[in-house]
Amino acid sequence: MAQKVYVKVNADFSPEGEVRPRSIIWRDGSVFEITAVMMQIRAASTKVGGCGLRYTVRVEGQERYLFRDEDRWFVEGK
Amino acid sequence: MRTILHSDLNNFYASVECMMNPELKKYPVAVCGRVEERHGIVLAKNYAAKAFGVKTGETIFQAKCKCPDLVTVDPHYNEYMKYSRLVRAIYCDYSDQVEAYGMDENWLDVTGSRMVFGDGEKIANEIRERVKFELGLTVSVGVSFNKIFAKLGSDMKKPDAVTVISRDNFKEKVWGLPADDMLGVGRSAIRELHRYGVNTIGDLAHCPDEMLSYKFGINGLRMKQFANGEDNSAVVHRDFEFPIKSIGRGTTFTSDLTCNSEVWCMILTLADEVASRLRAAKKKAHGVSLTVKCNDLAWKEWQCGTEHPTQNAYELACRAFELFTKNYPWVKPIRAMTVRAIRLDDEDICEQLTIFRDAGRIAKVEAKDRAVDEIRRRFGRSAITSASTMKLEKFPGGAEFELTMPTGLLTLA
Ligand SMILES: [Mg+2]
Repeated sequence: MAQKVYVKVNADFSPEGEVRPRSIIWRDGSVFEITAVMMQIRAASTKVGGCGLRYTVRVEGQERYLFRDEDRWFVEGK
Repeated sequence: MRTILHSDLNNFYASVECMMNPELKKYPVAVCGRVEERHGIVLAKNYAAKAFGVKTGETIFQAKCKCPDLVTVDPHYNEYMKYSRLVRAIYCDYSDQVEAYGMDENWLDVTGSRMVFGDGEKIANEIRERVKFELGLTVSVGVSFNKIFAKLGSDMKKPDAVTVISRDNFKEKVWGLPADDMLGVGRSAIRELHRYGVNTIGDLAHCPDEMLSYKFGINGLRMKQFANGEDNSAVVHRDFEFPIKSIGRGTTFTSDLTCNSEVWCMILTLADEVASRLRAAKKKAHGVSLTVKCNDLAWKEWQCGTEHPTQNAYELACRAFELFTKNYPWVKPIRAMTVRAIRLDDEDICEQLTIFRDAGRIAKVEAKDRAVDEIRRRFGRSAITSASTMKLEKFPGGAEFELTMPTGLLTLA
């Protein structure tokens, strides 16, 4: 079963209050650049539980969901 | 005609737990009061547990007899408050008249939004889909032309469903239901109604006025109006705050109390916290109630008035202890107790002084309470306390506060 993985995130906070995640830092320290943010919408994760603002992001050529639940970020890990 | 929605989160506590931890969805799940504090009872359950006959309010032991594989989880009140708030935020996209009824139910008056969002049924379905997609929870929604029928509707089909009760179909849809399914028909009323052969909402709708007003007064006539769809009560504005009806503090002791001196210390401790809350809310109490639960789980409640409106711990405690010594026969040890300040008024309301009251002494007591509050604000709650409540071995940490609103019960962790 998929697991909820809380991650460290680098993000830009605009003066208007918009938040754009720039990179995800994995537990082992490796950095994954976010090359594009395709969509953001409030959504629940049916895979790993919990909900928040869901960013559809492109990482290493693949589309992934990145969730922001209040001040924590998580991804749907394997 | 108005369009009113009543939206009810299904199995709220259990659904939040399953949403946060989807592994649980495979199992029968019950959210239970914490075992180590001996509130070992079922607070909520999912549909799988319901299928085994697990009921809210029964002990974990009883529940496990029916359902040996039952998974029990601790309650997370902060999460429930959070999701309750997030669901309300969705409702507020459709109306500024959103009235909470407990933590998991809300009425919405969407009369003015139909031109923007479509009819009541369409809005209800949109809300239902959004709550499921955005928060991973399900609601059942009743759509009708008044609050009473909207609430009935939300009970008729669940989970994740919409029921419409219109002027044209309410007689077929509603009149066959048991009368006590309807809000406003209480437990004592239904017993009385049964004796007169009034069983369904339809029976109630056809009841002679004389009989109803003779038996129940104005409330009897109101029940009949509700049954006929004549409920004009408004859905309040989302910013409206209901005046607090009572402030209580209760706890289950880590082991049973067996003598009056122990009881006094516990009452004083509970009253102290109630009084702090009263002062923070700028309220004074005209009465006190005490609830006592014995170790066989039977419970009793008594109330009395105070000599004058008060927000002082010692005074509340003295009244509560009087109630106790006057009424409790000490046949059984005591497991749990709640002290409540009732009949609240604003603290600055004018009060009638009597010549027998020492206004100077009261002013001194109030000044002392303010000083205590200030010390606690700066140095923490334990910085100053009554000597008799300093070392209470049977008093558990982290019990719950309750604020009773006129429409329901909200428990704060
Ligand atoms: Mg509910």
